[in-house]
Amino acid sequence: MKTTQILIAGFGGQGILFSGKFLAYKGLTEELQVSWLPSYGPEMRGGTANCNVILSDTPVGSPIITTPDVLIAMNLPSLQKYVDSVSAGGQIYVDSSLIDAKVERDDVEVFYIPATQLAKDEGIGTLANMVIVGHLLEKHPELSFDGVEAVIEKLVPPKKAALKELNMKALMLGKTYGN
Amino acid sequence: MAERILMKGNEAIAEAAIRAGCRHYFGYPITPQTEIAAYMAKRMPKIGGVFLQAESEIASINMVYGAAAAGMRVMTSSSSPGISLKQEGLSYIAGSDVPALVVNVQRGGPGLGGIQPSQSDYFQATKGGGHGDYRTIVLAPASVQEMASLTIKGFDLADKYLMTAMILADGTIGQMMEPITFEDAEIKTYDKPWALTGTEGKRKHNIVNSLYLKPDELEKKNFERFEKYAEIEKCEAMWEDYMMEDAEICVVAFGIASRVAKNAVAAARSEGIKVGLIRPITLWPFPNKAFEAAENVKAFISVELSMGQMIEDVRLATGCRKPVTLCNRTGGMIPSPDEILEAIRNAGKGV
Amino acid sequence: MAIVFEKPKSLTDAPFHYCPGCPHGIIHRLVAEVIDELGIDGKTIGVAPVGCAVMAYDYFTCDMIEAAHGRAPAVATGIKRCRPENVVFTYQGDGDLASIGMAETVHSAARNENITVIFVNNAIYGMTGGQMAPTSLPGQVTQTSPYGRDVNHCGWPIRVSEMLATLEGPEYVARVAVNNVKNVRNAKKAIKKAFENQIAGKGFSLVEVVSACPTNWGMTPKAALEWVESDMLPYYPIGVYKDRSAQEAK
Repeated sequence: MKTTQILIAGFGGQGILFSGKFLAYKGLTEELQVSWLPSYGPEMRGGTANCNVILSDTPVGSPIITTPDVLIAMNLPSLQKYVDSVSAGGQIYVDSSLIDAKVERDDVEVFYIPATQLAKDEGIGTLANMVIVGHLLEKHPELSFDGVEAVIEKLVPPKKAALKELNMKALMLGKTYGN
Repeated sequence: MAERILMKGNEAIAEAAIRAGCRHYFGYPITPQTEIAAYMAKRMPKIGGVFLQAESEIASINMVYGAAAAGMRVMTSSSSPGISLKQEGLSYIAGSDVPALVVNVQRGGPGLGGIQPSQSDYFQATKGGGHGDYRTIVLAPASVQEMASLTIKGFDLADKYLMTAMILADGTIGQMMEPITFEDAEIKTYDKPWALTGTEGKRKHNIVNSLYLKPDELEKKNFERFEKYAEIEKCEAMWEDYMMEDAEICVVAFGIASRVAKNAVAAARSEGIKVGLIRPITLWPFPNKAFEAAENVKAFISVELSMGQMIEDVRLATGCRKPVTLCNRTGGMIPSPDEILEAIRNAGKGV
Repeated sequence: MAIVFEKPKSLTDAPFHYCPGCPHGIIHRLVAEVIDELGIDGKTIGVAPVGCAVMAYDYFTCDMIEAAHGRAPAVATGIKRCRPENVVFTYQGDGDLASIGMAETVHSAARNENITVIFVNNAIYGMTGGQMAPTSLPGQVTQTSPYGRDVNHCGWPIRVSEMLATLEGPEYVARVAVNNVKNVRNAKKAIKKAFENQIAGKGFSLVEVVSACPTNWGMTPKAALEWVESDMLPYYPIGVYKDRSAQEAK
């Protein structure tokens, strides 16, 4: 049984839910079992947002993640809140252009990506989330970058076709970062 | 096979309702179920249906009452505080024997409570809620797929038995997305000779009414209605057994709690504990038969997002002959698999 | 022999349960005559209230439904939105329409819901035995205002027609009375217009009928009708408060 539990956390407006949706759709196209659970309510308006995504080759039990295998932290409060919950051997992806702190655990793999800066430099400042997702797909042993175009195709409405290319650009930025 | 699509639980309810032939929705915004109203607002005008945002929950349930009396498949949806407001209408609908589908995507209470998931409207849903002698069929989905299938089932049961069917979901199942397929479900339709259509001068007038000023007539009506309820108890109970074959400990949980409980049961099994899960799918009628079959179970654990409401039905179903303990969180909190696992281990010590 | 007077076809043979001298019988009859004259008995659906007219479903030959207290306009909305080809009316008293059901009243009017509302204002709760209504007059003695309605304590009576006429929504709002023959004739004209408006698809039409309650007012029927003239109508003047089509035609 292979199950990957991904917790994405940050501010409202950083595309937290969208990047979660992207990963869920990715799993769907790979015939995996998936669940996507957002935080909801007033805290979404400018406060913290988070999103639980589970990808599994067996039916998903609880959609609520208590010990994530993967944490994507898009701001400092989110990193502080969830850093200790990540399972031993798990991965943490940190947007290092927004978070100065370092992870003080040696039983997890940590990736520091200046995602917001990378995105800004390319004129796609709002797509830092997808930069990190690109990096995650490249680095995580159970996930793969293959087929991202089809997922973008599915998620971005035809009216906003221009966004497809920009999302692809962000994913590629993340994929190639550090190479 | 139909395509797998990702959908929110709330949206799955709305889409399934439309597929079940519902063309009339009356509601009022409240978190965490507003996606249902939003979906209906978008879709209904395009398929010749009616979406109407009422001035209150009270008005919306009375619009449902009118539409149901007019012979239509009709629904409303809300969350806990709004469902309290609808109780008046639910009692009238019960007393008038018209069919309706009502969705409660529960949040924590009492009072304004919170907006996070809860199961603390169990009593309200299964024991009446409004005034008078009546029952409501209560269906408890545990996945997005079931949000859809039980919505279709709910419309069917409502029409078949001329009463309210309620989908008792919670904020988690409402908000989460999962893959779902819409198979071409067979939608049964029912003759409604009692409906308000206008007499067209061809028949005596139909009256939809719950007023009986003569107590013997009202008593007779209530007796008749409870014969119907007895039939439902006999025929319509639904549940899922999970790892129950050799179970000595049985976790009982519905909705989102059952999802977390499944993780805990699997973990306990890997520790060698003989534990299983009964997941009631209908909360009324409560699946008592599932407990008759579980005669080898020595201890039950009721896992709930409430201060312990279903536990009373579990005790009744076991004839109070077996110990039943409670593992619960409330106010919008959800137990972790570890908390449930600990409860299973504790129950195991007594076995 | 020529028939000079007969019961409207739209009324059943059930004898009214109303008190002696109660104008509900007259108002029922006016509604039934209008339904007969418009030839709509086969497609009319009536909504009965909670109040003295609670059993109106026994008196009209059309399809009927009994609503919860105050909710008749919501129930009527549900029916009309499902069956726009039918003619849907509510028949409500002052407690039902102007107290517990005010939200339903105002919002169905604001939506210009294409229904007809017959609003019977007799300034008292009749069915429960004579308590203060939202339309009870200042100083009026009732069971729950035994020293007379004290407006400083429990507020002022509500002029529903005037209030609804301030809304953009409704098509037609009129106040009539049934305290003498002339007023009864005019009341019927207003009720007929309220039904014709619905048939023409014009929208929400409400007729407020100033009525009497001899039993709970503690008066003879004759004295009660005189009190309508001397006390009710000065506070609740007869008139058409809104008639959108007529205004637009000008």
